[in-house]
Amino acid sequence: MAPFDVVLQLGKFLGYMVYLLVGVAFGAVLEMSGFGDSRKLSAQFYFRDMTVLKVMFTAIVVAMALIFAFSSLGWLEFNRLYVNPTYLLPGIVGGFIMGFGFIIGGFCPGTSMVAVATLKLDGIFFFLGLLTGVFFFGETVFLFVNFHNSNYLGRFILPELFGVGTGLVVFLVVLMALAMFYWAEIAEAFFGRKIPFKKIKKLPDNRAKIFASAGLVFLALFVMFSGQPTAGDKWERLAQKEAKKLQDREVYIHPAELLEAMNDPTLYTRLVDFRTETDYNLFHLENARRVTFDQLSQDIDFFKEMINLPDNTVVVAISNDEAGATRAYKLLRGLGVLNVYILEGGINNWLHFFPVGTTFARELETALPAGQEKLAYLFSHAVGENVWAANPGPETIKENRIEFNRKIKVQKKKLLSGGCG
Amino acid sequence: MKNKTPSPYINPYLGGTLLGIVLFLAYFLTGGGLGASAAINRVQVAILDLFASGHVNRVGYFAELGGGDANALDSSAVLMLLGTFLGGMISGLIHRRFKAETRKGPNISVKKRWLMAFIGGAIMGYGARFARGCTSGQALSGGAVLSVGSWALMFCIFIGGYALAWFVRKMWN
Repeated sequence: MAPFDVVLQLGKFLGYMVYLLVGVAFGAVLEMSGFGDSRKLSAQFYFRDMTVLKVMFTAIVVAMALIFAFSSLGWLEFNRLYVNPTYLLPGIVGGFIMGFGFIIGGFCPGTSMVAVATLKLDGIFFFLGLLTGVFFFGETVFLFVNFHNSNYLGRFILPELFGVGTGLVVFLVVLMALAMFYWAEIAEAFFGRKIPFKKIKKLPDNRAKIFASAGLVFLALFVMFSGQPTAGDKWERLAQKEAKKLQDREVYIHPAELLEAMNDPTLYTRLVDFRTETDYNLFHLENARRVTFDQLSQDIDFFKEMINLPDNTVVVAISNDEAGATRAYKLLRGLGVLNVYILEGGINNWLHFFPVGTTFARELETALPAGQEKLAYLFSHAVGENVWAANPGPETIKENRIEFNRKIKVQKKKLLSGGCG
Repeated sequence: MKNKTPSPYINPYLGGTLLGIVLFLAYFLTGGGLGASAAINRVQVAILDLFASGHVNRVGYFAELGGGDANALDSSAVLMLLGTFLGGMISGLIHRRFKAETRKGPNISVKKRWLMAFIGGAIMGYGARFARGCTSGQALSGGAVLSVGSWALMFCIFIGGYALAWFVRKMWN
């Protein structure tokens, strides 16, 4: 399901070509809209020509409505889209600085690129200025690095801020944009064409505009009433493909592979342990954290942590056997979490390869029936992760001549880090 | 006779709709939005790397992109910026707007306009890195996925522009 990861799926060359083509379309649309002309851009700030506002907000609402409509239909996983993280105050300060730069220089970065491409000399000077500005930023950021990293709110979207549904926000943003367009037309007539206020036609009479606005409102209403899919709904949609992965055991990793990953400095392993508190306290892997199924489906902080994990993260679901971890796998995938794996055979299998030693635990004499989510070891006391077996080190694999197939493939969630930034 | 008058710009709502579709496609195909300033930063680091490679390695902010053997230009964002350039040029050629000229207000000299463009560009570049993205990467892209920070920043760009517009009105009017 979309979004795709073109570089990973098509290879670097073709993937980069996709970015190039997206860029070509972007540049062409900017140029056609008149964004290569600094006079047209700056006129926005004197209310004479509101093209900047009209193009920008039309683009935002069209893209937004399409994104959330596709998400409603299950064609696009919103949780996997890159959402610019919020650093509130630094963003506000940076925004003001950019506003000053915009009116003094007459461009913004993307539009200046188009101006350069059409040989606008002022655009070329602006672009040289940009290179200078980003250079000075790199040289001076150490002076205020704490402020620059402050106010971090992570992936934080308007529906969370207002505590209402995504669909309602989409609908209200569309209405706000339409209201802004209405006033933009009046402002243009008044400031730009100097028509006295009383003589400006106040009612929209252009049929195309009325139809387009109505279409947008309908799309927003569709988003509002169809709602956004839950983790369960999403799992249903993923089920067919994922069920095959589970059946082929592509995502069940051998304890030795997990051990290797835990000690791989280029990977971040996030171990999520779904066992009871008692079992967890008796023994767990190093840095494993206990999570309940309730937390998985309801805890917003946990959810945000999971979808904000760094790109090089491997999430491994753990239970005593596999059934619990497999259930957790489905829910995690339903939330849109990438790179999720299951510890093959669970903790029991781990302890089979990396035993805690008879001082702490002994194996049950009668084997548990297969698929039973019970600890197959009887512990004399709780050892948590303070034993060798919690992370016996990667050399153990070689020493014990453990053979296994590697299955972990790290899929990145975003390529365009920070969009512009 | 060959027609040399530039074509008129397209209707802003049509332009906006097309831009919205491009933005949507960017998210759909790549998982990220549009952008420019990140790539411009990479271009800057690559240029710096040619002249002062040691310096790039020492300043953390630059080393992240072009330190050691890393090529600052090896990034999907740079390809997108190159595409933006090509797209702008193609459209400019088709619509007969590909022409060396300076766009300015009637009451400002060409040289002064160049100077102001350079200064404005430097301020914009500084601000774009400060805000972790520019009008396209933050305001436009972040706006479409409802990022709180992007919306706050977008309003600040407009407020900042309007606040200063009166003081620099001679440049544009």
